[in-house]
Amino acid sequence: MRLRPPMNRVSPRALWYWAARAAVLWIVLLVPQVIWWFADGDGARTPHLIVGVVWLVLAAVHMAVMPQWRYRVHRWEATETAVYTQSGWLNQERRIAPISRVQTVDSERGPIEQLFKLTSVTVTTASAAGPIKIDGLAAKDADQLVADLTVRVGETTGDAT
Amino acid sequence: MTTAVDPAEETAADAGEGWRRLSPRMLAVHPVMELRRLIFPLLAVLIGLRNGSGVDGGWWALGIGALGIGLGFLRYFTTSFRITPTHVQVRRGLLRRRVLTVPRDRIRTVDVTSNVLHRIFGLARVTVGTGRTDMKSDGVKLDGLSAAAAENLHRELLHRPPVPSSVPPSPLPASSLPASSLPASSLPGSSLPSSSPLPASPLPASPVADAGSETTLATLDPAWIRYGPFTLSGLVAIGVLFGLGSRLVNESHIDPAKIGVVHDSIGYLRDQPLPLAILVVAAAVVVFTTIASTIGYVLTFWNFRLSRHSSGTLHVRRGLLTTRNTTIEERRLRGVELSEPLLLRSVHGARVLAIATGLRVGRGGDRGGSVLLPPAPRAVAVDVAGTVIGDADPLTVALTPHGPRARLRRFTRAGTVSTILILVALATVLFADAPAWVFWSALVLLPLGLLLALDRAASLGHSLSDHWLVSRFGSLVRRRYVLRTDAVIGWNMSTSVFQRRVGLTTLVATTAGGHQHYAIPDVPDAEALRVARTAVPGLLDQFLADRPVAPVNSRPVA
Repeated sequence: MRLRPPMNRVSPRALWYWAARAAVLWIVLLVPQVIWWFADGDGARTPHLIVGVVWLVLAAVHMAVMPQWRYRVHRWEATETAVYTQSGWLNQERRIAPISRVQTVDSERGPIEQLFKLTSVTVTTASAAGPIKIDGLAAKDADQLVADLTVRVGETTGDAT
Repeated sequence: MTTAVDPAEETAADAGEGWRRLSPRMLAVHPVMELRRLIFPLLAVLIGLRNGSGVDGGWWALGIGALGIGLGFLRYFTTSFRITPTHVQVRRGLLRRRVLTVPRDRIRTVDVTSNVLHRIFGLARVTVGTGRTDMKSDGVKLDGLSAAAAENLHRELLHRPPVPSSVPPSPLPASSLPASSLPASSLPGSSLPSSSPLPASPLPASPVADAGSETTLATLDPAWIRYGPFTLSGLVAIGVLFGLGSRLVNESHIDPAKIGVVHDSIGYLRDQPLPLAILVVAAAVVVFTTIASTIGYVLTFWNFRLSRHSSGTLHVRRGLLTTRNTTIEERRLRGVELSEPLLLRSVHGARVLAIATGLRVGRGGDRGGSVLLPPAPRAVAVDVAGTVIGDADPLTVALTPHGPRARLRRFTRAGTVSTILILVALATVLFADAPAWVFWSALVLLPLGLLLALDRAASLGHSLSDHWLVSRFGSLVRRRYVLRTDAVIGWNMSTSVFQRRVGLTTLVATTAGGHQHYAIPDVPDAEALRVARTAVPGLLDQFLADRPVAPVNSRPVA
């Protein structure tokens, strides 16, 4: 007896979204190196180069592997009674919450997500540890999902704690 | 990147579907608020200006001011909300566009507040609360409606005449819950009346003045004070005193070496060989900690009494100088936690904490607010915890161990951490000229890690009965959580690369009370599924692998 993965994949554009997000992170990590390069004007260049090469290799591997891996893992499913997601890559997580315990349904489009016309949907429960976030949905699917979920949540009563 | 809100989209939304704007008067308030947020850069620039950095500073100040005002305007134009018969929705943000949707059924509180600025313009802020117990403030907040509109909204959302939201919970009518009917079935989990959002409130005086009987479950036995030294609270006291002392020294410019006692003791220590000096200092710390911890125990827990009122509440009273009274409604109680820090466990002591919604665990001033029993003999703790939840089994039942792979993981993890630390020590000796004894003493970490792993492996276990989910883990602080199964409001199953290789899962039950999440670490996959399926019947059946799976697509399954 096993749990199967949720049924729906996210939008393929999420590949680019994850890559872009990683790129931002790696560019931020480049900043201290540049400062170090200029602050340490007279020192030997070898340590700088070593750190630079390590940075380049890690960034390249991360950006090549992570999006593909995530795309294989990230899945979601919303049924009449539950929301079920799977996310992560090295560390993976499955989250399941009954519709009857859902408190809010939020959709969000950050700057990078807008670039790739993606939307993330967050379903919160009364527990601070329980928000279920679905990254990288096509805007159309996200709107549909939010609409479906809000109707279903409205059909259940009680305060869901 | 999009630069502005699509105007067509905005007008369409404003015209149809009932999207509303905040009060236009907020156009005056938002910029001021944004400027207040930018006050530090502004001040910095203005100070720079006075110190004569010239015209540039003026432009900077103007720029920052304009930015603030612009952001304020943007906030007005990018925020809109609507109220449908079933939902409240708020849209906001330009770069980060969010739509928050709250079903009206889930609304538990509607707060109307107004600060000075709001009052000048006759405005008010409406905050819609769903009873989420975390402190994240960016829920549904409508910052600025006209006072009349806010009042209307308040009434509209609650379907009843407005009541002041600051009224403390009155004692429950006697009919709500007989105290004896404790097991889970009688505690309504989801059909709570939406009267008051405050489940527990520290009351100024003894809360029991009305009719109804009260049963004492536990009172402080002075013999328990012997557990005081094993709580380590004295170490905190030492830290505080040390901090105070060093500040005094700094502020008063007194050289501590010139004070007689300090001077003498430093001189004495200097004359001793190093190991002896260390021993003396350690002994002094131990003695001081013991005294401080004991005093701390007496101050915090003197007069402790846990009692159950027939109206369905638990009362905790404690404190020598400051008396604390805490009231917990039993229908808010989701379980108990038996906590055994290593030192306390070594003398067979334990503490009991409540898992209840609306109570926070281990945070600032609320720290210990949910204490049900101070450090006391383990047998008493188990007994009291069992009485509180009305079922002694979950606290005494033998736990299912997680098997050899979970045990092995305790050892590999402890081994890895010790090895890394030892290698770091070795590196400091080889490359940073640290003395060799740093490396040799670091070797102690290996046997220590082994002992820790042994203890952690022995702690690991879980159990599931009809009403209770039990999990125990940890060594430095071993905790046994007993959580009502109907309080579980979701499952998180997380797996690291290493866990997947050996087929283990960390199963986390999320709940609205206490720590918000309670984990069963490193449980075999099949057992995790069994526990999750049994504890919340029906939820997971639809996701089992042996059912037919439809082809993968990216459409919702509506």
